[in-house]
Amino acid sequence: MKAMKTFAVAALIASVAVPALAEQRTLVFNTDASDPAPKAAFEQLVADFEAAYPEIDVVVNTFDHEGYKTAIRNFLTADSPDLANWYAGNRMRPFVEVGQFIDVSDVWAENGLYESLGSALSSMTIDGKQWGVPYTYYQWGIYYNKDAYAKAGVDAASIKTWDDFISACEKFQAAGIDCLTTGSKALWPIAGIFDYLDLRTNGYDFHMQLTSGDIAWTDDRVKAVFAEWAKVLPYTTANHAAIDWQDAVSNIVQGSAANYVIGNFAVAAFKDGGLTNDNLGFMQFPEITPGLARAEEAPTDTIHIPAGAKNVEDAKLFLAFLASSEVQTKMNGTLGQLPINSGSSVGDDPYLAAGFEMLSTADGGIAQFFDRDAPAEMAKAGMEGFQEFMVKPERLDDILERLEKVRVRVYQ
Amino acid sequence: MSASTDSLNSRRRPRAFAPWLFLAPGMAMFLFYVIIPIFQSLWVSFYDWDGLSDAKWIGIANYLELLDDDAFYTSLKNNIIWLVLYMLSVPAGLMIALFLNQTVRGIRIYKSLFFFPFVISQVVVGLIFSWFYAPGFGLLYKLIELVTGQGVAILADENLVTYGIIAAGLWPQIAYCMILYLTGLNAVASDQIEAARLDGAKGWRMLWYVVIPQLRPATFIAIVVTVIGALRSFDLVSIMTSGGPFGSSRVLSYFMYEQALSEYGYRMGYGAAIAVVLFAIMIIFISGFIWKMWRDEKGVR
Repeated sequence: MKAMKTFAVAALIASVAVPALAEQRTLVFNTDASDPAPKAAFEQLVADFEAAYPEIDVVVNTFDHEGYKTAIRNFLTADSPDLANWYAGNRMRPFVEVGQFIDVSDVWAENGLYESLGSALSSMTIDGKQWGVPYTYYQWGIYYNKDAYAKAGVDAASIKTWDDFISACEKFQAAGIDCLTTGSKALWPIAGIFDYLDLRTNGYDFHMQLTSGDIAWTDDRVKAVFAEWAKVLPYTTANHAAIDWQDAVSNIVQGSAANYVIGNFAVAAFKDGGLTNDNLGFMQFPEITPGLARAEEAPTDTIHIPAGAKNVEDAKLFLAFLASSEVQTKMNGTLGQLPINSGSSVGDDPYLAAGFEMLSTADGGIAQFFDRDAPAEMAKAGMEGFQEFMVKPERLDDILERLEKVRVRVYQ
Repeated sequence: MSASTDSLNSRRRPRAFAPWLFLAPGMAMFLFYVIIPIFQSLWVSFYDWDGLSDAKWIGIANYLELLDDDAFYTSLKNNIIWLVLYMLSVPAGLMIALFLNQTVRGIRIYKSLFFFPFVISQVVVGLIFSWFYAPGFGLLYKLIELVTGQGVAILADENLVTYGIIAAGLWPQIAYCMILYLTGLNAVASDQIEAARLDGAKGWRMLWYVVIPQLRPATFIAIVVTVIGALRSFDLVSIMTSGGPFGSSRVLSYFMYEQALSEYGYRMGYGAAIAVVLFAIMIIFISGFIWKMWRDEKGVR
């Protein structure tokens, strides 16, 4: 196995690494910023960095957002860049555990990041060390079409609890509108629904124990989550399994559906489709168990230094630059997301302002997202189970037993 | 005299050596890219390995887990459905070939049109059919909606999805078989057709007793490529459904990819075990084909 890997590495190095030997201080940065807004934000970030450090040349390799998730494993072992995008929480754990990311605690200490990036500290820490620098996060919640609400005669402000939401769903159904839409073809959008249902039913600590494998999937408290989910299934877009998340966005835009549990990144898509601040609404996920400390979902995006980096020194300069409040303010202005740095400011975008308010007052905790909190295999099996449950709710017991089997194997 | 035998000998020796020289590059490639990886896969299938950390020897545990994995049986079942339905492309290809095998003005254009789906990438075929089936705006969806009043999202229905993908796969596969038969039809002896016609054979009898027997080499190749095409069906599944909904359109090759190489996978050992099983299934067919070819060649000599 080792020989196989070494051979692959040698072959790739021979073919790619030769130009990097030049005298110029170069930083190779692999990024998944292929969508328009992230792409613009990163181009700007790199330009600003090069302006601040004219002697350093940053070479950006942009990967397709989805393809990046598999590509990273190849380039980390074969032809390592100096910097790479990734995600916080359990999602970075496999790379940290095998030593593919380097410890950047010194960057945190020297630049006072424990203070300024404090809100993301726990999700960046494994074994008491920090393994990267977070630069953005965004809230998940319910985005809705105000025109659809008006048409069905529902007042969005009156929805406080899950029961309120379900009774609103009945009115939407009467008006011929899907109460809840989603596109589960790529599976992950529905994990957001599960996360919120679990966070609202059982709370943050339970959710974290479940995603770290300490609770059986056949537990009654897990079944309670699916019982809540079952209530909204009759009002959910029927063909969700055949459509992507962007298609569900068009359902909202066209008003054929009212609500969508999705991340703030979808706002750009909603607006491209023609919704404006006047008819696109945002609300936090309603309460299920009364009195539970409110937890929210806000996945954090990060940049790391791979172990194979050739220019670690300048890579650390880059991370320190990325962590500063002005850079994060500017970058997140373009991204349309929330900066991590507490000294940064949020633009006057109403959705960001609402998200910022919601996240900063969340006393329960901030979850990263199902496929970042749970290990990859559990996440995949879980999301497939969620999808099957949404289509065939009567199979719940079989599904949970299957997930339990996966849990026993994955976390052994 | 002796001089001429000498030169004959010296000429004969390089002649024995030359074929191997010409074969060497191909054989080296075959060794490095086919034979060695087969044994490596077999070897990896006995390990628990995520591709990054150290591999752990676990014996046949991967295979035991396969036996207890619902996803494996779903994939196996789907592979069998693929195998059976994909065979339709052989008679369908023959029909179209017979239909196109006439001298009409502009027949080449029709031939090219029928051959077109084989030329375009499978990815494009997958996308075309995804839109064809797409709920809300897809042509087939709209058509079903028009007829029955209720559209069917084929790719979201666990009972229909595999058939939907196979239908997409048949489109280029029929074209492939058609082109094999078209070339085969060129070689059909016209004197035998003529003789059969004098004896009063026509229609089905002509086809069955005179034409098809002469097309046996083409039929053989068509079946071989179709079996192999069905067993390695991957691109369409990946493009159209990613194995969904909830894994019901998985086939073994996609299941292997999912476990070993996809975003949520990286169980190299488990993926390799699936690959070995798939290879074992293929080897049954392949050895059958090789045995037949070997027998035929011996028969010729």
